[in-house]
Amino acid sequence: MNRSLTDPQRNLPVVDAIVVGASAGGVEALLKIFSTIGPDFRLPIITVLHLSDERRSQLAQVFQSRLPIPVKEADDKETIAPGTLYFAAPGYHLSVEMDLSLSFSQEERVFHSRPSIDILFASAADAYGERLAGILLTGANHDGAQGLATIKRNGGLTVVQDPAQAQARTMPEAALALHTPDYLLSLPDIGQLLVDLERIAC
Amino acid sequence: MEHERNIDIELRLLIEAIYLKYSYDFRDYSGASIKRRVNHALRQFDCKTISVLQDRVLHDAAAFMQLLQFLTIPVSEMFRDPSHFLAIRREVVPVLKTYPSIKVWIAGCSTGEEVYSTAILLREEGLLERTIIYATDINPTSLEKAKQGIFSLENVRAYTENYQKAGGQRAFSDYYTAAYDYAIFDKSLRENVTFADHSLATDSVFSETQFISCRNVLIYFNKKLQDRAFGLFHESLCHRGFLVLGSKETLDFSSYSGDFESLVKQERIYRKS
Repeated sequence: MNRSLTDPQRNLPVVDAIVVGASAGGVEALLKIFSTIGPDFRLPIITVLHLSDERRSQLAQVFQSRLPIPVKEADDKETIAPGTLYFAAPGYHLSVEMDLSLSFSQEERVFHSRPSIDILFASAADAYGERLAGILLTGANHDGAQGLATIKRNGGLTVVQDPAQAQARTMPEAALALHTPDYLLSLPDIGQLLVDLERIAC
Repeated sequence: MEHERNIDIELRLLIEAIYLKYSYDFRDYSGASIKRRVNHALRQFDCKTISVLQDRVLHDAAAFMQLLQFLTIPVSEMFRDPSHFLAIRREVVPVLKTYPSIKVWIAGCSTGEEVYSTAILLREEGLLERTIIYATDINPTSLEKAKQGIFSLENVRAYTENYQKAGGQRAFSDYYTAAYDYAIFDKSLRENVTFADHSLATDSVFSETQFISCRNVLIYFNKKLQDRAFGLFHESLCHRGFLVLGSKETLDFSSYSGDFESLVKQERIYRKS
């Protein structure tokens, strides 16, 4: 069921991590939702953003210059650290392992994409179970919809950007066609939700 | 969640069964990727559960060979990461030229793209004739493809750009003959190549080498298995020998980090200390 952010009954679960997926229009959308993050933010955020390989390699630097928490391109076998924003590296799928480390692979592309949002989301759902929040934003393909439904099936919290307000609505609409997320929100409201999730968890 | 727990149990049993029956050891592979590949295989084999699949492969060696094609990932390119090959030409080749004979090990060679790339580079540097290349993999089907040296022409067109960026000195088409949709690579490139079945998880060192390339193989291993592989490379390499890895692989977090120095950090070129 969709819940409104203003709902006083709103009962957010405790999560240990947040995964985010975005494609076309994703840079602006991510900058907007992350703008609420303060220097004391303690949850790890793991993000797959589809971009051409050349552009994606600059991603961590661009976000680091705007955010008060550490931002980095993920490394293979790296243990997930609190309060860090990770971006998937160009050309590799990014997974979360059961021991809460990150791992790379070069399996087939998913919806023409490597890294794939579905692969990050499904593996994170496996590793974190119900203690995970998944957020799917603007995009022009169907990646992420399956993965987000898997997060829901494993008991996690799911959030979809309102397609009416998304720069590209295909991706959020594909997610809505597969399952009903806990929240359907605008970007500023997703930013607020990040803050609330963090306050409850940490 | 109960279902998920069953899957994890079944997956472990399958991996164990494969090891006991066929001696292929996937026990220390990274779990997330193995799980995806087994799930993918389930659909292809039309098996309802991993237990059903286990029953199939345990009693049918041919079915296991089919499953092996799903468990290994034959994703490769020629001259993948051109700057890596350019750095080998500039930083490694001058040292290799001082050796009277050279042994090269391409570990996890898959369908051979890395082998032909390395052979072409060595030929252009005048080294191929005095080099023996050991190209190893655990997948016999991939090794058979590697031996053939036949790649899709469409892909080879994309590799041409890589080759040029990698410092290629000729026309890439000098190295193959186009036939229909395929590029058949010059068989003289593999005259000194030995293709062999070898597992970094279970086998030991077979030769002293001067140069080892193992690219985008170690990402599929957990840290323990990575360490085993690094141990083999360390043992095989001669004094001051070279080890090169994939663009996102590193020795930094392994217990062998002190036994190698980074020669070109960005390109993952290491040298035995």
